[in-house]
Amino acid sequence: MENEQRSPLREFAPQLERTSIQGYAWIVFLLGVIGVGFYAFLTQVIDGHEVTGMRDNVVWGVYIVNFIFFMGVSYAGALISGTLHLFHTAWRKPIIRMAELITIIALLIGPCFILLCIGRLDKLYYLVIFGRIQSPITWDVIAISTDIFGCLIFLYLTMLRDLAALRDYEILQLPKWRKKLYKVLALGYTGTPEQQFRLNRATNIMAAMVISIAIIVYSVLAWIFSVTLQPGWHSTIFGPYFVIAAVYSGSAVLIIAMWIFRKVYHLENYITQKHFVAVGIIMLVLAAFFGYFTFSDYLTKWYGSEKNDELLIQLLFKEFYWPFIISNYIGVLLPLLVVGIAKFRTITNITLTAIVVVIALWLNRYLIVVPTLQSPYLPIQDSRPEWFHYSATWVEWSLTAAGVAIFCLLFTIASKFIPVVPVSGLVEETKKEDVLI
Amino acid sequence: MEEEQNVNKNSRRQFLKQGLIAGAGVAAGAGLLTAFVDKSIAETGEKVKVLTTNGEIMEVDKAQLVLPRVTREESHKGIPGRKFVMVIDLGKCKNARKCVEACQRGHHMPKSQEFMKVYLLQDSEKTSPYWFPKPCFHCDNPLCVSVCPVGATFKRSDGIVLIDNERCIGCKFCMTGCPYSTRVFAWKHYKEFDEDKEPYSPEASSPGKEGTVSKCDFCPDLIRVGKIPYCASACPMGVIYFGDVDEDTVTNGVETYQFSELIRDRAGYRYLEVLGTRPCVYYLPPVDRQFPVDRGFNDLAPEIKDRYKETPYVQKNKP
Repeated sequence: MENEQRSPLREFAPQLERTSIQGYAWIVFLLGVIGVGFYAFLTQVIDGHEVTGMRDNVVWGVYIVNFIFFMGVSYAGALISGTLHLFHTAWRKPIIRMAELITIIALLIGPCFILLCIGRLDKLYYLVIFGRIQSPITWDVIAISTDIFGCLIFLYLTMLRDLAALRDYEILQLPKWRKKLYKVLALGYTGTPEQQFRLNRATNIMAAMVISIAIIVYSVLAWIFSVTLQPGWHSTIFGPYFVIAAVYSGSAVLIIAMWIFRKVYHLENYITQKHFVAVGIIMLVLAAFFGYFTFSDYLTKWYGSEKNDELLIQLLFKEFYWPFIISNYIGVLLPLLVVGIAKFRTITNITLTAIVVVIALWLNRYLIVVPTLQSPYLPIQDSRPEWFHYSATWVEWSLTAAGVAIFCLLFTIASKFIPVVPVSGLVEETKKEDVLI
Repeated sequence: MEEEQNVNKNSRRQFLKQGLIAGAGVAAGAGLLTAFVDKSIAETGEKVKVLTTNGEIMEVDKAQLVLPRVTREESHKGIPGRKFVMVIDLGKCKNARKCVEACQRGHHMPKSQEFMKVYLLQDSEKTSPYWFPKPCFHCDNPLCVSVCPVGATFKRSDGIVLIDNERCIGCKFCMTGCPYSTRVFAWKHYKEFDEDKEPYSPEASSPGKEGTVSKCDFCPDLIRVGKIPYCASACPMGVIYFGDVDEDTVTNGVETYQFSELIRDRAGYRYLEVLGTRPCVYYLPPVDRQFPVDRGFNDLAPEIKDRYKETPYVQKNKP
């Protein structure tokens, strides 16, 4: 029994024990990108926010887009893994940890982007000591910090069995401090029925909590926009719309992560086409919802054609034509076609679709933030002509790239610390499935 | 003489060695306050008697009498018993831009920031275009105040909405909250900020601070010494009237009207009433024009002229 439980761990041992040359090269590359981002950050701190493309009309740019985007990606774990866990979906086990890692890493990076947008970082603590509950930003601070704690606890609970397995697997060739760390983190879990019962119950409670907190967080984020009177933002649908768009982007990032780790760590036995199709179908359903919400939002704006809504839609179809087509047409229709038609459902096709979906959703957030700020109630006039249109500068793009690089780096480090596939769960799962068959 | 000029250059405000205790009526409702005389301001000839701290009575020009700025705490309170209002007569505006410039000078702002902007509006294709000076509306239901996470922007008892840039964290939420695009952000440290040597007060909105938001403040520092805001006194056409709703008076420095009568007789309105922000700035419709709208393009620097090149009116009349 014990040997049986340990067998998958042996297979995952190499990824924990050593890093290949390609692995190191990858890490160095990521550090390089992060370095450029750090230089951009210093430039912004020293020369002021003037080095960005943001100006008095478009006061929020790519930073806020990235903030919404990463918060959205963090949904992969919160909603997808939470829901899969609660419904005891049989195939969830191999991918659930990736989803949870995506959640927590994206959740740590997202808020950093909002900090880049803040004019006086030295006074950030005022948010706590002078916080006003009327302000949606205060709601956001409370919601996001709760979410980070909730997701960390959830991730930890689901890792506990593996940490115990790593502690018990003595032939693992690791430095002493790491073995010690596993021992401390495993909290003396040995898998007694009592411990199993408690752990399962705690995990179930946290799964439900994480789902509800995540919905609140994303709705609050949407309300930052929709409580204002700006044309295009002042919409009742924004809360649910943002939630759906977030889970949608989360599912796509999960597929991409599955593809990468399957290739890099040779997990073909664990992550199969079945998993890609299953997450692909989740993505398909979300694509349909996302398309429906997008359509509802723009239909009502266009049909009633209030002056400012009309100006906004004109702007979307002129200056932002291609981003609009990619995000709201291709980004909706492609998953419906590729995952919807059975013969297209290959691993490669689903992954490529997921990449398109991620790009489409980033653009979707850009189209929510920037065009509205370019078409306020009072037309932009009596302002420097170069301020009429927003375009991000190298500082903003470098920091965006650095955000993605930090995401990849943290994911890489996490995969060196714990198997990306929950090993102890797999054995139980296989047994259960055997019984079922 | 040369030395005196140097002093002027360095501090713009030349203080008398001893302080003055301002006479009653000058600083309405402020009681006894220590004031200074600023010789750099042009004399108006209107003299007031004041008591120096040495106990002597002294006659100074009213325009030159300056009160020191109120503290940050004091600036939250508002001037007791007042409720300020502005009326802008669109029939008289010809985009002379004196309001913009006086405001920039008065608040030590760079040329790239304006609290007062002049729009060229045209409500629809067939309607007539008109110049539209736009300060902060100091709304009675200000969304900018609601959304501020740290209470850096606040509504006072006298109706004025101010920003405390010592408190502001620069999140810019108020800028997206304001439907009138009224607020400006200091994208860097402008050298004009350094011209102001006095301590910061939200009532003066100066000296500015990098990474914070600022906006039109209705010049409460001038109101305290019985003056009207920079924009209102600088306008050569007398477009901008400033006053008090409770006293029912507004003045542009030359003419004084009963506010309620002016609004009734000239069909005064508030801009974008539909948004429910309840502004404290009223407009008189652009009727009985004193100037054709094209006069507004005369004598504009090319850089300023460029700012209007995307307006429907300019686009339509392009040669």
